[in-house]
Amino acid sequence: MDDESRRCPSSEVRLQVNGTPYRLRLDNRTTLLDTLREHLDLTGAKKGCDHGQCGACTVLVDGRRSNSCLLLAVALDGAAVTTVEGLADGERLHPLQEAFLEHDAFQCGYCTPGQLCSAAGVLAEAADGMPSAVTPVGESPRLDGGEIRERMSGNLCRCGAYPNIVRAVQDTAQAGAAR
Amino acid sequence: MSTTSSRALGTPLRRVEGRAKATGTARYAVEHSAPGAAYAWPVPATVARGAVTAVHCADALAEPGALAVLTHENAPRLREPQDATLAVLQSPEIAHRGQVAALAVAETLEAARACAAAVRVEYAQLPHDVVFRADHPRLYAPEQVNAGYPTDRERGGFDAAYAAAAVQLDATYRTPPLHNHPMEPHATVAEWDGSRLLVRDSDQGSSDARRTLADLFGLDPEDVLVVSEHVGGGFGSKGTPRPQLVLAAMAARVVQRPVKLALPRRLLAPLTGHRAPTVQRVRIGADRDGRITALAHESATCTSTVREFVEQSSVPSRVMYASPNSRTTHRVVALNLPSPSWMRAPGECPGMFALESAVDELAEACGVDPVELRIRNEPDAEPDSGRPFSSRGLVACLREGARRFGWHDRDPRPGVHREGGLLLGTGVAAATYPVYASPCAAEARAEPGGGFTVGINATDIGTGARTVLGQIAADALGVPADTVRALVGRSDLPRASVAGGSSGTASWGWAVHKACRELRLRLDRDHGGAVPPGGLTVTADTTEDVRAGSEYARHAFGAHFAEVQVDTGTGEVRVRRMLGMFAAGRILNPRTARSQFIGGMTMGLGMALLEGSTVDPRFGDHVEADLASYHVPTCADVPDIEVGWIDEEDPHLNPMGSKGIGEIGIVGAAAALTNALHHAVGHRFRTLPVHPDTVLAALGAL
Repeated sequence: MDDESRRCPSSEVRLQVNGTPYRLRLDNRTTLLDTLREHLDLTGAKKGCDHGQCGACTVLVDGRRSNSCLLLAVALDGAAVTTVEGLADGERLHPLQEAFLEHDAFQCGYCTPGQLCSAAGVLAEAADGMPSAVTPVGESPRLDGGEIRERMSGNLCRCGAYPNIVRAVQDTAQAGAAR
Repeated sequence: MSTTSSRALGTPLRRVEGRAKATGTARYAVEHSAPGAAYAWPVPATVARGAVTAVHCADALAEPGALAVLTHENAPRLREPQDATLAVLQSPEIAHRGQVAALAVAETLEAARACAAAVRVEYAQLPHDVVFRADHPRLYAPEQVNAGYPTDRERGGFDAAYAAAAVQLDATYRTPPLHNHPMEPHATVAEWDGSRLLVRDSDQGSSDARRTLADLFGLDPEDVLVVSEHVGGGFGSKGTPRPQLVLAAMAARVVQRPVKLALPRRLLAPLTGHRAPTVQRVRIGADRDGRITALAHESATCTSTVREFVEQSSVPSRVMYASPNSRTTHRVVALNLPSPSWMRAPGECPGMFALESAVDELAEACGVDPVELRIRNEPDAEPDSGRPFSSRGLVACLREGARRFGWHDRDPRPGVHREGGLLLGTGVAAATYPVYASPCAAEARAEPGGGFTVGINATDIGTGARTVLGQIAADALGVPADTVRALVGRSDLPRASVAGGSSGTASWGWAVHKACRELRLRLDRDHGGAVPPGGLTVTADTTEDVRAGSEYARHAFGAHFAEVQVDTGTGEVRVRRMLGMFAAGRILNPRTARSQFIGGMTMGLGMALLEGSTVDPRFGDHVEADLASYHVPTCADVPDIEVGWIDEEDPHLNPMGSKGIGEIGIVGAAAALTNALHHAVGHRFRTLPVHPDTVLAALGAL
């Protein structure tokens, strides 16, 4: 068999990841998660289930949180992606990262990048007034414990750091509201 | 150089690798770059019992990027492993569904997956037996049960004492198969350099992984390096080497390139162990005041035909309560199922669900408060062995927990606490976990440029091992914690025991402490307290210290309190509060310890209300193999959990005075919740998990 017939359909994809533009030729089967991990050596986004069930792969795509294992990169041409590696401002940690450290909001750390990206998405969604299933009808969401638990429930943590995660997100939300 | 005592232990230091984990720079197993790496993907067997008769690889090898398909016919031959589950691709025999029947290797992850999907395996199928029953005709008494405990123990005369008891309780409790499901699936990248093997593995002990690889491939252990720097949880399932470790090394040898193999989530259930189901009959005879005169705890469980593992569920009944007459037994049946193994607190976890539920039932039958009933049955010495306890903080935990929880305001009547359509209830249960320690070696080095380094092949699976070992070293050296660096997670460091049995900190810390004390002594004695120009390294080994053992019975204890609400319309159970009080020796880092206790209690919540797997009788193996069908607790399931501990000074443990804390948090948690459920609705839930359909049925029957 010659080389040509052994090649899989591939496409050129332009992505902006953490502010850096990339032009990649990717197998059309490649997920955004595998693009990040296997092609860009950005292993912050984790593969926990590869089926959109655990949230460890959560990143921000054009500002919205997404399970990157469920997205094909070929369908994201031109998208801007933020991963956990892009949350900090140089050496200065994102307030959520600081709060996670302070509240010990993780143990093994494998779900942590997804939790952090998801929490960043939660802060933005609440600021935009997007309601959740527990937001009283007609009211703007307030990130209390109940709202955070509901909104963070797409991110599993088997170590059981949830109470600490809730506190970290709540602290960050309150500090942001106070600014 | 400072020689003042720094008192690092007991301070809530942040995790030293926390920043790396929170910025995504901490690399786990297959995240380490390996230039030129190929990718492997397993092909699981689709029959529960039989033999592979043919593996058709032509289509698979025609896939773009395909490199190889390993089968039992062409895979490298291994020496016979101690753990038969590691004899992967060594014979055509299939012992359970999901066993690896072939392994696809390709240029990319996508290609490997497609290649695996194109492999066609034919089987000669044999009849299988995968359904566990407590009256299974092939139940047998094993020689011993997990952790080396005796299968059966008998004290006094149970039958006569039970028959004569004023109050008799006879209840049977059931726990389902449970899956560990650490967030990081088991994963390995393996690379050969001639006869040297470099492996990055996700495991709870890379000293064991190295020894296993050396044994299987006939290598000098010095030629094998296993690195497990960051590990995304394990909960026992990574406590022994798993098939992916061996498969990755085999595949790397075949394709002559580094090979990455991360198990797909669905294969964790068949390939990485699970908690086997149990059926536990508990009989308690007592006087009318609730003083136990006869106690029997008889457990049945199942194992595989490949490797015997027997969950030691009746063992906690040898420790907990005074009873002059006692019988504790274990029976097991080998089925055509994946091999069960360690899952957080094997034995104690399901066993204490049964015992602590039964004790709650006894309290109700006697009309005695369940906290008081436990205190009345406090033994003077370990009931089964007669040995004195080194320390036993159960009563203190019960009393302090009751005070913090507001237990004494409780109206004990079940089923009467309503809040609109909700029924409310509170429950209590005790916890226990043994103190284990294993021999280890460690090195401590005074660096010529200042500061200290300690090295030991411990594994930080999320416990905070690096952090607490640095604290132990700092105090043993009498220096500030920020001058000490702890190196762990590499098999070329001094050998260490597995991160399991809640024994890590005791075992590793003991060796680190010993090395650091010796280093301090030599610096002071031989060098006037200064560091010599070339630095100074000391190694220590605790084999003799640990083997000296103890005349005492050594256990941690605890008490759980829980409040639940039950929706009488939907049957939904919500946990309102959980409080855990623990007596676990000296707490070395309050910040990371609290997280471990909360984590264990959270897994206990999952066990009570969410988690459970079922075996498909037609095809074998577990049906709920992914995280969509096997429900672990989510953020919305878990309330704010309160944790506290009793200050316990116990001189009979180890130089730090610590007991293990990684497992006791799960022990008893499920019973506290189901006891609270009984209090809420007036029905006993003796089978886990308690799902809304069960609750609705119970409400309907009342």
